[in-house]
Amino acid sequence: MDKHIATPITAEVTKELHAGDYVYISGTIYVARDAAHKRFMEVLDKAEEQFVPEQQNEAGRNKLADVLPFPLENAAVYYMGPSPAREGRPIGSAGPTTASRMDKYAPRLLDLGQKAMIGKGKRTQAVIDAIVRNQAVYFAAVGGAGALLSKCIKKSDLVCYGDLGAEAVLKLEVEDFPVVVVIDCEGNNLYETAVKKYAQET
Amino acid sequence: MIRTIKTEEVTKNIREMCIEANHYLSRDMDNALKKAADSEQAPLGKKILCQLQENLIIAGEDMIPICQDTGMAVIFAEIGQEVHFDGMLLEEALNEGVRQGYREGFLRKSVVKDPILRENTKDNTPAVIHYSMVEGDKVKLTLAPKGFGSENMSRIFMLKPADGIEGVKQAILTTVEDAGPNACPPMVVGVGIGGTFEKCALLAKQALTRSVEEHSQIPYVKDLEEEMLRKINCLGIGPGGLGGTTTALAVNINTYPTHIAGLPVAVNICCHVNRHVVRVI
Repeated sequence: MDKHIATPITAEVTKELHAGDYVYISGTIYVARDAAHKRFMEVLDKAEEQFVPEQQNEAGRNKLADVLPFPLENAAVYYMGPSPAREGRPIGSAGPTTASRMDKYAPRLLDLGQKAMIGKGKRTQAVIDAIVRNQAVYFAAVGGAGALLSKCIKKSDLVCYGDLGAEAVLKLEVEDFPVVVVIDCEGNNLYETAVKKYAQET
Repeated sequence: MIRTIKTEEVTKNIREMCIEANHYLSRDMDNALKKAADSEQAPLGKKILCQLQENLIIAGEDMIPICQDTGMAVIFAEIGQEVHFDGMLLEEALNEGVRQGYREGFLRKSVVKDPILRENTKDNTPAVIHYSMVEGDKVKLTLAPKGFGSENMSRIFMLKPADGIEGVKQAILTTVEDAGPNACPPMVVGVGIGGTFEKCALLAKQALTRSVEEHSQIPYVKDLEEEMLRKINCLGIGPGGLGGTTTALAVNINTYPTHIAGLPVAVNICCHVNRHVVRVI
């Protein structure tokens, strides 16, 4: 089923999304991949030593989330590292990267309020459990369609970690950015169900 | 007769090839993707294959790389024995071409200087270069930028001779099944059989640069290519791994003599953006 959603992606939104839905996202999404996630963890580790763990922020979350470089509550994070933008364009080629490399970090961020992940490829059970626990969602964008996807990105701003080059954290404004719900908030996994549906005996 | 080639000529060609490879697919890949969009059975799979067509058009018209992972540059340099190079060291000339191509083509710089320390070299060098000496007075350059979504899903198996062709089939199927959605299907599967540990990996990489419309000249290898493509497309993985009947566009297999005690098999997976450009200087 085709659906149009706007950010921020709240639990009210995710509970209406089902594995296999074709979704167009409009609004703000944040870009972060391997090296940025590693830094997020270092920032969180450091903060954890300073905070009393049960301190909460305005969203009722653990206050730790506030030390990250962008508002994590109900945020969508796109696992991506773009090619450089040509003059006059917001971004270069901008397709998803393999999400499993972020599996180590994702549950902690979902527990702190992140609601959606956009990437491609399989996730671990620990991530699926965190999706269900937090009523979150995992979307896949079409891998290798970076030119097409760049057309849906209207604006791109550097948030931080510019020294990481293609791995810097970006804030994107997107319009009808096409994704497919792969793992929904009930833990249904399209990668498993769809493959079974089309598998044939040889 | 010795023929002199200026290395700046090599640099210029590699620069242009980097930009060309990342914006246009070869005709055989283009045809294979079109055919797949027609024959795919799953509605979502078909939709994705159509988007890949659209992606290729946008890439070429607007000069946006087909995929943001513009790869690590792999270069095969087949050098005629009668060639003499004039200018900088050939390796430097090839890397300079990569440096210029990735800068001028707005291509992503994805190479880190050290696998553990991981500092980006910021110009996508060095390339991975394979030299070979051949007959004649020309240089054949093949540039194949390789993305790592699919490279990470590639495997080497040191099988026993007793495992035979069935063992080879199992190795290929296992690799593709494990790769699943991570390798951006529909994939091209490059397979090397024989040689030594490193030779079979090289055979697999070379197999990826072969046309996806042509089969091996060796009858049993051709049969194996056809059988494996059929079996892979029965796995159900489909475009984007979201289910369907197009999991691979082609299986290309290269073979080489091996040792009495061994049966090395390498499976090098490439995504649907199987880029390679060939030029003869």
